[in-house]
Amino acid sequence: MRIRRQMTDWIARHAMLAATLFSGLLVAAIALALVLRARPLFAAKGIGQVLFGNTWSPSTGLFGLKPFIIGTLWVTGLATVLAVPVCLLAAIFLAEYAGPKLRGIVKPLIDLLAGIPSVIYGVWGVLVVVPFIADVLGPYAAAHWQRIPLLGTEFTTGFSILAGAVVLAVMIAPVIIAIADEVLRAVPREVREVSYSLGATRMETILRVVVRRALPGLVAAVVLGISRALGETMAVLMVVGNVPIAPESVFDPAYPLPALIANNYGEMMSIPLYDSALLGAALLLLAIVLAFNLLARFTLAYAIRRVAQ
Amino acid sequence: MMRRLQENLFMALTIGAAALLVLVLVAIIGEIVVKGIRALSWELVSQTPSGGFYLGGGGGIANAIVGSLYLGLGATLLALVISVPTVLYLRVFAASWFVAVIRTLLDILWGVPSIVFGAFGFTLMVILGLKASLLAGIITVALFELPIMIRAIDEVIKMVPHDLEEVSYGLGATRTETAFRVILRQGLPGIITGMLLAFGRGIGDAASVLFTAGFTDYIPRGPLDAAATLPLSIFFQLATPFEEVHRRAYGAALVLIILVLSTSIAARLLGARLGKYTVK
Repeated sequence: MRIRRQMTDWIARHAMLAATLFSGLLVAAIALALVLRARPLFAAKGIGQVLFGNTWSPSTGLFGLKPFIIGTLWVTGLATVLAVPVCLLAAIFLAEYAGPKLRGIVKPLIDLLAGIPSVIYGVWGVLVVVPFIADVLGPYAAAHWQRIPLLGTEFTTGFSILAGAVVLAVMIAPVIIAIADEVLRAVPREVREVSYSLGATRMETILRVVVRRALPGLVAAVVLGISRALGETMAVLMVVGNVPIAPESVFDPAYPLPALIANNYGEMMSIPLYDSALLGAALLLLAIVLAFNLLARFTLAYAIRRVAQ
Repeated sequence: MMRRLQENLFMALTIGAAALLVLVLVAIIGEIVVKGIRALSWELVSQTPSGGFYLGGGGGIANAIVGSLYLGLGATLLALVISVPTVLYLRVFAASWFVAVIRTLLDILWGVPSIVFGAFGFTLMVILGLKASLLAGIITVALFELPIMIRAIDEVIKMVPHDLEEVSYGLGATRTETAFRVILRQGLPGIITGMLLAFGRGIGDAASVLFTAGFTDYIPRGPLDAAATLPLSIFFQLATPFEEVHRRAYGAALVLIILVLSTSIAARLLGARLGKYTVK
C-alpha cells in the first residue's frame, strides 16, 4: 500500500515536471522553430539585405523588410504618443484622487477594455475612426496643416497610420494603466505626508514626490504597453491601409510587420523562400517584442524595489 | 489663488483622462450594439452560409459560432491539462531557483504576440503533417492560452496558506496527494476564473487561427475538419464590398462581444463568490 502510494507520487511528480518543462520551454521552442525556418532566407540573401532592403517583391526574389519595419515603428510610435499622457493622467486619477467607491467602478470598466477582442477594435476603427479621419480630420489637415511636417496631407482615405495608432492607443491603455496604477499605489503613504507637512499641495506632492519616485515603474508600464502594441495584428491590419511605402505623414497608409504576415500566409507556398521570408518577419517581430518586454520587466523589478523603500 | 486654480485644473485633467477612456469603452460597445442589433436575427445565428452569402445572399453565421465554441472549449481544456500540473509542480515540488526560472520564461511567453503563435502553429502543423483544421486550431490556441491560464491559476494558488500543506504532510499524505487533494481544491475558484479568462481570450483571437483552423461554411463534424471562427468570419465579411454583408458582420461582432464579455464578467463574479468557501 505504501509502496503503491510512493510509486504514484513518483510517477505524478515526473508527469508534472514534464508539463512544467513544456510550458517553460515553449517560448524557446517557438524561437528555435522560427530561426530554423527563417535561416534559408538569411543564408540566401544576407541579414543586411533582408533588414534594410527597400523592396518587397517575392516573385522577383526581393524580400526587403524595411518598409514593414518602418510601418511598425510609425504606428507603434504614434500610438504611444497618443496613449501615454491620457493613460498616466488616468492612472494618477485612479491611484490618487478616486475614492474606493469610484475606483471600484472605473477600474473594472477600464480593465474591460483589455478583454475586448482585437477584431472588434478593428470593426470600431472601420466604422468610426476611419470615416472620421477621411471626412473630418483629413480635409481639415489638407486645408490648414499643409506645411506642418508629419501632419500635412493632400488627400486621405482614412485608412492610415493615424487610424491604426488611435485603435492601438485604446488597446494598450488598460495595460499601461494597470501597471502605472499599481506602481503609484506602492509609493508609501508617509512620503506623501512628509510632502504635505512641508506645505506642498496635492498636485505638487503627486508630481514632484509620488510620480518622481514611481518614475522607473511608470517607464516600465509604457514599455510594456509598447511591446503589446508592436505585435498587435488584426485591429491594425483592418484600418492601416497596408501599402508598403515609406510614409511621410500620419495620414498616409503603412504596412506593419504583423499585417504582412497575416495577409500573405497561405499564398506563399509556390514561390521559393517566400515562407522562409514570412517566418523571418515573424522572428524579427518576436525579437523586437521580447526585447521591449524584457526591458520592461527589468525596469519594473528595479522600480518595485526603489518605490517601496 | 493661482495655486488653487492649478490644483483644480490638474485634478480636472486626470478626471477627464479617466472619463475619456470609459467613454471610449461605452462608445465601442454602444456602436457594436446599435449596429449589430439591427442585423441580429434567428436566421443569422442558426443557419450556415448559403451559396451567395458573401455577396449578400441568405444564411447565417452558425458555422462560425459553433466553430468558435468548439475551438475555445477544446483549447481551454487542453491548456488546462498542462496548466494545472505546471502550477502545482511549481508550488509543491520545485526548488526556488527553478520556480524563478520557469516564471521568467512564462512571463516572456505571455508577451509573445498571437500572430507569432499562429506562425509557430502553422510550422508545427507542417511537422505533424496536419492540415488546417479544428485540431490544429485547438493546439495553436491552447498554446496561446497557456501563459494566460497559468498566470491566473498561479495567482490564486500562491494565496493558499502554507500551514495547510504542513497539516496534510503531518497526516502522512504524499506531496502529490497534498497537491491534488488539498491545494488543488483550495485553488478551484482560481482555476475556474483562469479557464473562463483563457476561454474569452481564445475565442476572441483571430491572428492565431488565421492559418491553422482553416475556414469553411460548414459546421465541423470532426477534429480534422476545417473550422470557421467568429473573429475571422467578421473579418472576411467586412472585407467584401457589400453593405448587406457588412451589416451581418456587425451582427456577428455583437454575438462575439456578448460571448466574450459575459465570460469575462462571469469570471469576475464566480471568482468572488467561490472564494468564500476556501480557507484563508
